[in-house]
Amino acid sequence: MQAPAAPATLFDKLWTAHEVKRLEEGSVIYIDRHLVNEACTPIAFEGLRQRGRAVRNPAQALGTFDHVVSTVPGRDNPDPDAATMVRLFEENCQATGIPRFAMEDERRGIVHVVGPEQGWTLPGATIVCGDSHTSTHGAFGAWGFGIGISQVEQVLATQTLVLQRPRTMRVALEGRTGPGVGAKDLALALIARIGAAGGRGHVIEFAGSAVRALSMEGRMTLCNMAIEAGARSGLVAPDEATFAWLEGRPMAPQGELWRQAVAHWRTLHSDSEASFDREVRLQVDGLAPQVSWGTSPEHSVAIDARTPDPAREPDERSRQALERALGYMGLDPAQPLQGVAVDKVFIGSCTNGRLEDLQAAAQVLRGRRIDDRVHALVVPGSAVVRRQAEALGLDRVFRDAGFEWREPGCSMCLSMNDDRLGRGERCASTSNRNFEGRQGPGGRTHLLSPVMAAAAAVAGHLCDAREYL
Amino acid sequence: MNAWSTGTHEGLAAPLPAANIDTDQVIPQLFLKSLSRRGLGTGLFHGLRHDADGRRHGRFVLDQPRYQAASILVAGPNFGCGSAREHAPWALVDHGIRCIVAESFADIFLANALHNGLLPVVLPGAAMAEVFAYVEGAPEPRLRVDLHECLLVAPGVAAWPFALDAAGRERLVRGDDAIAALQALEAEVRDFELRHWSIQPWLKGVPA
Repeated sequence: MQAPAAPATLFDKLWTAHEVKRLEEGSVIYIDRHLVNEACTPIAFEGLRQRGRAVRNPAQALGTFDHVVSTVPGRDNPDPDAATMVRLFEENCQATGIPRFAMEDERRGIVHVVGPEQGWTLPGATIVCGDSHTSTHGAFGAWGFGIGISQVEQVLATQTLVLQRPRTMRVALEGRTGPGVGAKDLALALIARIGAAGGRGHVIEFAGSAVRALSMEGRMTLCNMAIEAGARSGLVAPDEATFAWLEGRPMAPQGELWRQAVAHWRTLHSDSEASFDREVRLQVDGLAPQVSWGTSPEHSVAIDARTPDPAREPDERSRQALERALGYMGLDPAQPLQGVAVDKVFIGSCTNGRLEDLQAAAQVLRGRRIDDRVHALVVPGSAVVRRQAEALGLDRVFRDAGFEWREPGCSMCLSMNDDRLGRGERCASTSNRNFEGRQGPGGRTHLLSPVMAAAAAVAGHLCDAREYL
Repeated sequence: MNAWSTGTHEGLAAPLPAANIDTDQVIPQLFLKSLSRRGLGTGLFHGLRHDADGRRHGRFVLDQPRYQAASILVAGPNFGCGSAREHAPWALVDHGIRCIVAESFADIFLANALHNGLLPVVLPGAAMAEVFAYVEGAPEPRLRVDLHECLLVAPGVAAWPFALDAAGRERLVRGDDAIAALQALEAEVRDFELRHWSIQPWLKGVPA
């Protein structure tokens, strides 16, 4: 008779199912799926070529263009280096047999939007990409994590990586959020609470009633931001909402295989007796919309709050850090966030570039005009999102309000293309990082949700989106 | 060329005590279109080293005469957070940095550093306070890293033990080819793959 299996967390189950072999320095982990793009691969492909190495399992990779592409309709890319990256990626995919959505493909877009959208992201899979926001795919109960270019090369050549087992952390978000408050606010509030290093060395499993209530898009936003809390991966156990969202998508299993898969996916949850290395609980009833004031995602507060006052910080290094962040952001100590004027508004990215995000922002913008001083752009996360939004007439809502309606790409989230902030310019942004210079040298970023970004565009300054619903 | 073949390194150390130095600070997006791992030192800490008009202001620690020749960086906690860009360790190595000492490193940066012979040394908070006091106070703060003894030494001042698994040390000293090591396991990977796909056949590759 078999002994009953010890209680396991969802992550324990994913780890065990992919452990090929234990070594002294870690375990050899099998990688099911690998997202590749034009920015994180040319050096890896070159490395393979120099050593005469082949891509082991090309059909387990999927390529798309996102980081450096222009988002201006027509896409005349003025940057020769970006054009070279695009050309090399196309050549490398063709030479190695890696399936990819070409520049003109109707399925192109940001890797972390495209994978789920096509049903390529599946529960129980290990998914990697040379991009830290690969944590996004954890929304489906997949173990997704970002890797460097050396590891991209390793996965291309061997379909495996040597990893040390991360610790587990359960984040329970309990309660019900009100209108105008969503996954982005949950993520920013959590990061403010546990810090930008709070999840370091851990895989976070998000649980609790507020997580169960989230749509798949919301769960993707939450898991996407796990890396901003320091966790390489975020997870949500798959449930009926997951299966309903995936069923019938082009690359998802079909027919009998689908039924087998769902039966397996129902086992992918943390057992009730399973223990985590760390547990955090956050009551989210009455949570206000969040906005970042500084240069780390942990510098986030409720919209009705003020910037911190460094004079009240006893520790010298912490005080200096607050002073530097306030100075970079051009804000005063104890300044209210509401009323801070913005120059630009960016709606998009792998964090908030999905249809639900665009619908939420459009709800604020319908019948309104953005402030004359604001330059606003909306960059759908994929060509599919763009078409779906157009079918719903959202492009008209955005355009009538004064937004630019762009082609899909990463755009002003990291400014590797020509969408960027000028020095000293201030942006209300639905992206994921407010680091110094992230949206352009000297640019100032306030992270917030799509409705908050739309409201800031209308008001011309940071404000409480709930007043616009 | 393997920087750790002797198992030791001694060099000048520079302090960068701020917490959460993200990889956008280490090397901004402006330099990410490089098609080579080499030559990225020109982009290292670019935003922190330059004025609004693009001139190097000289106030950044690695530009101060006292620390200009540093090959060891003593950094604040959660160094290397944010973007997965391996350009961060490439830029540090290109500049001549061989080792970073910190209370903690972001997970992806840690892996990237080890793949490039850049040694991350993790010390507890109390030891870090002593190391900072030394590198900020001494006129010529030299540190020696000894991989065999797993010791960080301020010659004639103090020594701090750090943890490094034997396999990790061997890999650094030998400068192993990680792909060749994994390819040597091909038969086991193949067996695993067949078992794995019999349980979860939907995880096989899908043509686009």
